[in-house]
Amino acid sequence: MQLDCPMPELDFDIITLGHGSGGLLTNKLLESGVFSLLSNDKLDTHHDGAVLSYNGPVGFSTDSFVISPIFFPGGNIGELAVNGTVNDLAMCGAIPQHLSLGFVLEEGLSMQDFWQILVSIKGACEQAGVQVVTGDTKVVEKGKGDKIFINTTGLGPIHPKANISMSRIRPGDKVIISGNVATHGVAILSVREGLQFETDIESDTCNLNHTIRALLDEFGPAIHLMRDPTRGGVATVLNELARDTRLGVDIHQPLIPLDEQVEGACEILGLDPLYVANEGIFIAIVEAEIAEAFTDKLRSLEYGENAAIIGEIVDAHPRQVVLSSNIGGKRVVNMPVGEQLPRIC
Amino acid sequence: MKFLTEYRQPELVSQYLDEIRKTVTRTWTIMEVCGGQTHSLVKNGILNMLPGEVQMVHGPGCPVCVTPLNLIDKAVFLAQERGVILCSFGDMLRVPGSKKSLLQAKAEGADVRILYSPLEAVKLAKENPGKEVVFFAVGFETTAPANALSVIQAEHLGVKNYSILPSHVLVPPAIEAVMDDEESNIQGFLAAGHVCAIMGTEEYYPIVERYHIPIVVTGFEPVDLLQGILMTVRQLEQGAAKLENQYSRIVRPEGNLEAKKIISRAFEVGDREWRGIGTIPGSGYHLRPEYRAYDANIKFDVNIPEAKESEECIAGLVLKGIKKPHECPQFGKGCTPSSPLGAPMVSSEGACAAYYHFSQVISEMA
Repeated sequence: MQLDCPMPELDFDIITLGHGSGGLLTNKLLESGVFSLLSNDKLDTHHDGAVLSYNGPVGFSTDSFVISPIFFPGGNIGELAVNGTVNDLAMCGAIPQHLSLGFVLEEGLSMQDFWQILVSIKGACEQAGVQVVTGDTKVVEKGKGDKIFINTTGLGPIHPKANISMSRIRPGDKVIISGNVATHGVAILSVREGLQFETDIESDTCNLNHTIRALLDEFGPAIHLMRDPTRGGVATVLNELARDTRLGVDIHQPLIPLDEQVEGACEILGLDPLYVANEGIFIAIVEAEIAEAFTDKLRSLEYGENAAIIGEIVDAHPRQVVLSSNIGGKRVVNMPVGEQLPRIC
Repeated sequence: MKFLTEYRQPELVSQYLDEIRKTVTRTWTIMEVCGGQTHSLVKNGILNMLPGEVQMVHGPGCPVCVTPLNLIDKAVFLAQERGVILCSFGDMLRVPGSKKSLLQAKAEGADVRILYSPLEAVKLAKENPGKEVVFFAVGFETTAPANALSVIQAEHLGVKNYSILPSHVLVPPAIEAVMDDEESNIQGFLAAGHVCAIMGTEEYYPIVERYHIPIVVTGFEPVDLLQGILMTVRQLEQGAAKLENQYSRIVRPEGNLEAKKIISRAFEVGDREWRGIGTIPGSGYHLRPEYRAYDANIKFDVNIPEAKESEECIAGLVLKGIKKPHECPQFGKGCTPSSPLGAPMVSSEGACAAYYHFSQVISEMA
């Protein structure tokens, strides 16, 4: 996201404790023009909360963002916070509309950084077609936070054709992935202190709601489940699914889409791409009859060009995810134990 | 990925498997020495593609697994009680010490950092002149050049707040220790390709002769491993005992002379304790006297009581290939990757962790 909005003239260049005090400095920050970026009719009422009207079922999701570093190749914590909640809502079959936005800022955060993050939030909201309708800002002492933490919570009506539920998964259903795996996690690792390596891999953070909506329009209830494999990666989502459905999952390594550079980085770092975090992709479990058409459609949509059918739900080996390797061997893909740590050799 | 995909071709894999099946006439027990090879055998599902006659036994070549309990306790102590910045390769963090792991120490507030290169630790020391930076220098001959270089560079740059906690072990003495064990039934070895890339192959001739046992220097990709296994099986079937080099695209007989020079500038060979196995004479590297100022053992004079291993853990027998991980009564019950009793259940290269993942397929798919 380019910094294309100039920052308003301010008489302070860093965040201080007073900016979260609720008093004069807080008001100064709120009225400085910083937040007018996000202006809309509901936010502009300056109430303690927003008043919204919905008919029928509503999707409701929350997520907190604590990523380090806050600026990374391909994005920053701001757009991540919008896309994360927008995508979680979309995975439930909802059409995201309204967001809350809560900041926990660490004393000393530069206004320039904060502004850049807000500009990204604005851009991500516009792309996803959602509004920030309520928010909060707190400031903690230096050393008590890590520059900036963001929480977003979102709401949106459930798509009329959606019927997303783990309980609808049946043996024979196909496992589809919407794009290259492991891109986000490797992009973040590449700029972590002590692990720097040269790549031009960028995070794939994006809003998937328009793509999902188009798929729900066309395939509706034939889509049994959608999940975004963020922390813990593809392996975690598939293991949760196998555990909760008491069915088996077969996946085929040669079919899993993976960028060549990301694959190379995983080789060097000793990481299994199936366990690396993702942002801009989702896993769909769909009826076998529509799997081909679903994947073709997905490939024609925004962020779906690398989509592939990677496996199927089976009766065999209940509660287990089994991978057929590139060379035809088979192994269990387990739930990861804690954070994946790089190997020595 | 060029240079890798060639060694992952399904057609070649099945050709080698066919050839192994055709060659083998009876059961042979072969040890792959290096944990990286164990990891690849499991990750690619090769163990359940091999004919039943070929029994692969996983060796002690997992640096994390053989790092003594006492040294882990020392690292934890330095990080928690002496306020150092303790840097380590990632694998080491979850390995249980007698009371806690480095990861637990980190959660309790110690400054523990994961690095990929010890040179990063020297940089860190330079950037934090008020803090002591200690690098947990764990590994076989493969990581020794970089660890040695970090000390040499620290001295060159005049960085005085850097030191290493060395736990360097060597492969050839470990092979001898495995063979000297009365219970050992190993009939052939896949030697660790990357170790030989540094050290060359000379050191292995005496072992081949002394024990009359085939050793094949082997790489890590599926085709490498299967070719190495085939070469070993061929020798065994013929009653031969030779040193062969499957990994000749990487390994030269003389090794990497420059890397060896750097190692011997900073390190000298001495006795080393191996976790679960005991002390093996001449099996490790220690810093030379002229670099003692960079030895965390000396710099910090840490005296912590000798801790006892869990009596329930049979890691030593597993590391020597005498027991298979699933023959341990605690395997998968009292000992799992999320609550390990011993180090081989922690590292992705540890035999127990490898078996934990692999054996699940067998039990449930049967």
